[in-house]
Amino acid sequence: MIRIDRVTKRYARGGTALDDVSLEIRKGEFVFLTGHSGAGKSTLLRLIHMAERPTSGEIRVSGYSSSSIRPREIAILRRKIGYVFQDFRLLADRTAAENIAFALEVTGARENVKRTKVGRLLAQVGLASKSEALPAELSGGEQQRVAVARALVNDPLVLLADEATGNLDERATRGIFELFRTINASGTAVVFATHDLDLVRENPGLRVVELDQGRVVFDSAAEPVE
Amino acid sequence: MMSYALREAFNAFRRSPLLIGLSAMMIAISLFVVGLFGLAAYNIRLVIEDVEARVEIVAYLRDDASPADIRLAETDIRAFPEVRDVRHVTREQALIIARQELPEFAALFGDLEGNPLPASLEIALRPHQQGPAAVAAVAERVRMYPVVEDVTYGQEWLDTVYLLRRVAAVATAVLGSAFAAVAALIIASAIRLAIFARRDEISIMQLVGATDGFIRRPFVLEGMLTGILGALLALLLTWGAFRVLSRSVFDLQWLPPHWVFAGVIAGTLFGAAASMLAVRRHLRDV
Repeated sequence: MIRIDRVTKRYARGGTALDDVSLEIRKGEFVFLTGHSGAGKSTLLRLIHMAERPTSGEIRVSGYSSSSIRPREIAILRRKIGYVFQDFRLLADRTAAENIAFALEVTGARENVKRTKVGRLLAQVGLASKSEALPAELSGGEQQRVAVARALVNDPLVLLADEATGNLDERATRGIFELFRTINASGTAVVFATHDLDLVRENPGLRVVELDQGRVVFDSAAEPVE
Repeated sequence: MMSYALREAFNAFRRSPLLIGLSAMMIAISLFVVGLFGLAAYNIRLVIEDVEARVEIVAYLRDDASPADIRLAETDIRAFPEVRDVRHVTREQALIIARQELPEFAALFGDLEGNPLPASLEIALRPHQQGPAAVAAVAERVRMYPVVEDVTYGQEWLDTVYLLRRVAAVATAVLGSAFAAVAALIIASAIRLAIFARRDEISIMQLVGATDGFIRRPFVLEGMLTGILGALLALLLTWGAFRVLSRSVFDLQWLPPHWVFAGVIAGTLFGAAASMLAVRRHLRDV
């Protein structure tokens, strides 16, 4: 579903963020992406999201290739990729329900479809009682749940999480991580970028890919690196 | 899709009335300056046109000219394409007018035994035929008639009026463009500020898979609405200034409707264009 083939990403001023990375992520897989800050985790996620293009190599996501995708297709593809960030990225002037519905607007969903979906998602992330709360009225963990619900609203094939628990205390972290596991169990692939090694150690059965200075230095699935 | 864009544009007013009010205010003040300038330019133009309308060629007639010849000349001159009207002033009428218009010489005229004033043809020209060259050409042709002794048309005065008109036209064009450019820049930065405040929204829309067109539409609509609001406010301010000035200082004329319409349309389009540019910048940025 996601194929990263000998991808290198260099920035004019930032040096090399990714160096000849090859990786394959299959449907429904759960992948921990680990490494120090600056190892290239976020860059890899941005490349999968087609927010940037590789300097060389190719990324294929759900049939679209980074070397030939058109801007309009990027928009369409992104509806199939959920993305969750460390800083939640919610709109401060909209309620939890409105933040989730916002992602449905772009598909032109009808009002009743929106209402049903938003209600179901709020229940799924355990926030049905807080649908009318503004982000500032929610705890960090709750805000991240809203962000996860927003990422799920278009039934994505894959959920990208960029240090999604980085701003949360331990309890909230466990809660959010469990949410990701549940989502994964229902068939959505998850790429979970984190430098929280405790979290990785507590979940030994899951695939771990470690990046260091832009290179894949470890892959528990023993995928051929080169 | 359109309903979403409209709804979002109106919601923006509800969510951040202060920000949008402020940018509408900035647009209003900059267009107000343009409006005041337009008011001044329009009224100066009216004054000059009024002065020009009084440009007249006077052909003094020979004392021995026969009434038939004079009538012939009068009819002929009236047929010139540049001529609006010809009025025959007899010697007697000339004396009466002179007594009325020059009361300080009334005694002098009263003492006269005969009437020293000649009869004349007063030739009024059509609008836009009053430039010095056109007037001189008509004067030369009038001079050719045997009944005409002399022709005057206040050449120096006419040159001055004409120069004034050209200066006013150039000043209007240059200053008007400068004011409009400044207004456009202020509008652009006001809108850019409003959009900068919502750059997160743009990046989130991109994140969840909105196309560029979808993202742009509500912002462009919002820019248009802000532009209309600003333009209407500017209109109100200009009208207020017009009322105050024309009551207390000058007798001013209000702007013609198509000028007002052009101003409001310009404000609206500036708003939309500035939004489009500002959003495009953010679409590239994110």
